[in-house]
Amino acid sequence: MLYTDKVLDHFTNPRNVGELEDADGIGEVGNAKCGDIMKMYIKVKDGIITDVRFKTFGCGAAVATSSIATELIVGKSIDDALKLSNKAVVEALDGLPPSKVHCSVLAEQAIKSAVTDYYTRQGIDPIPIVGEVGDCDACHH
Amino acid sequence: MEKRFIYADNAATTKVSDAVLNAMLPYFNEQYGNASSIYGMGRNAKRDLEVSREKVAKALSCDPKEIYFTSCGSEADNWAIKGVCERLAPRGKKHIITSVFEHHAVLHTCEALERQGFEVTYISIDENGIINLDELKNAIREDTAIVSIMYANNEIGTIQPIKEIAEICQEHDVIFHTDAVQAIGSVEINVKELGVDLLALSGHKIHAPKGVGALYIRKGLVLPNFIHGGAQERNKRGGTENIPAIVGLGVAMEEVTTGIPQRVENVTKLRNKLIDGILEIPHTRLNGDREKRLCGNCNISIEGIEGESILLMLDMYGICASSGSACTSGSLDPSHVMLSLGLSHEIAHGSVRFSISDETTEQDIDYILEVMPKIVNRLREMSPLWEKIIEAEG
Repeated sequence: MLYTDKVLDHFTNPRNVGELEDADGIGEVGNAKCGDIMKMYIKVKDGIITDVRFKTFGCGAAVATSSIATELIVGKSIDDALKLSNKAVVEALDGLPPSKVHCSVLAEQAIKSAVTDYYTRQGIDPIPIVGEVGDCDACHH
Repeated sequence: MEKRFIYADNAATTKVSDAVLNAMLPYFNEQYGNASSIYGMGRNAKRDLEVSREKVAKALSCDPKEIYFTSCGSEADNWAIKGVCERLAPRGKKHIITSVFEHHAVLHTCEALERQGFEVTYISIDENGIINLDELKNAIREDTAIVSIMYANNEIGTIQPIKEIAEICQEHDVIFHTDAVQAIGSVEINVKELGVDLLALSGHKIHAPKGVGALYIRKGLVLPNFIHGGAQERNKRGGTENIPAIVGLGVAMEEVTTGIPQRVENVTKLRNKLIDGILEIPHTRLNGDREKRLCGNCNISIEGIEGESILLMLDMYGICASSGSACTSGSLDPSHVMLSLGLSHEIAHGSVRFSISDETTEQDIDYILEVMPKIVNRLREMSPLWEKIIEAEG
């Protein structure tokens, strides 16, 4: 199995890794049984994601997709962040091995999960905006 | 800290030894004759083929006529199991017994036979990775054609009670095959004393090249031809013999079956240092029996982190190792060996295997032990699962 240099770079030097103590939204997706858990923290001001952090349990691709996803959404509006697809995550990493594509789905879901938490905290029903945040489909055995 | 290169994945494959390489080289472009040819160079090839067969036979204490060269260990396993089943099915024997933690060469062969109407019983292993003999005894039936149990497991290195299994099989008049790919060179093997009927081995696990293996077939046991073709391997397996590799295998068998007790003692000492050193990291566990295990095997689960990540980090430090995590098995499930030990998925995902050899030095072990805590801390710091484990501890 071959990882691109970009994947290895993001695994070796993950961007925005850690926690945000005063996060406005925290999302967590995946489970230990499948071998991937992603937790994402966002800080939001005037509809813009001003800061983001992540923690991930998982393989190289799981760490790399989380890392690049944080780079792709920081400074963006929530609406733009919600538009980030797993495909865009894969492209930003110059590709992923087929068996690892589910990691990019998890990264997309992690963002949605964090935004869902943000809206819930604001007293706004997140479902009409974010939709249902499911687990990575690939994890359903 | 200076980056080093440490190969600790000898259960995956090994470096070809100098003696093996030197013995092989002339057969590529000097003595390249076909062993079936009539002229001098062909006769030389035939002679050296048979010399190699004698070496392999001597290493296993059997007759050269009982050794058949194959292309790999998997082929030997396939031939043994399918061959016995094909031979005995007409007599109504359509039952196979194997274990849950066999190599895929055996497991997938059994599954293929299941699809052809054979019935397979999978013997479980205990929490230490040793098969349950009573379960085996109870599983044997009138229609059992073959029992196939590995000599030593490739992931956790546990050594199975092969002699006892052979005795049980003899009592019940059932053919016994063992996949000894991992055991050769780490255990003294005398097939006659052991009482096995079939034994598979592979070259590249014992410092011979990839692409060669052998099957021991006890005299008196006749298997159907495996590859239809020329008269090679006494008509049983067609295909021009891979003379360079077979010569290499002969030399390797000689090398690795010489001085086993001393080598096992030396490697075990280093291996134990490695195990004890890694187990000092909190929330870790050794997988597989500590005593009944191959001298070079160290398989440890590290809670809160995932195996492939550990391997990628080890690689950054120049260390080659392997893992039973899902991400390295190419599926979403961790390895069947880890799960058959009764480990939870999350513990199985965090397994890492170091398999050292007699070329491993104390400095290598020190380096691994210096690097491992750094890797574990770094991955745990970014792991939400580790966060949960620590929280649960209070």
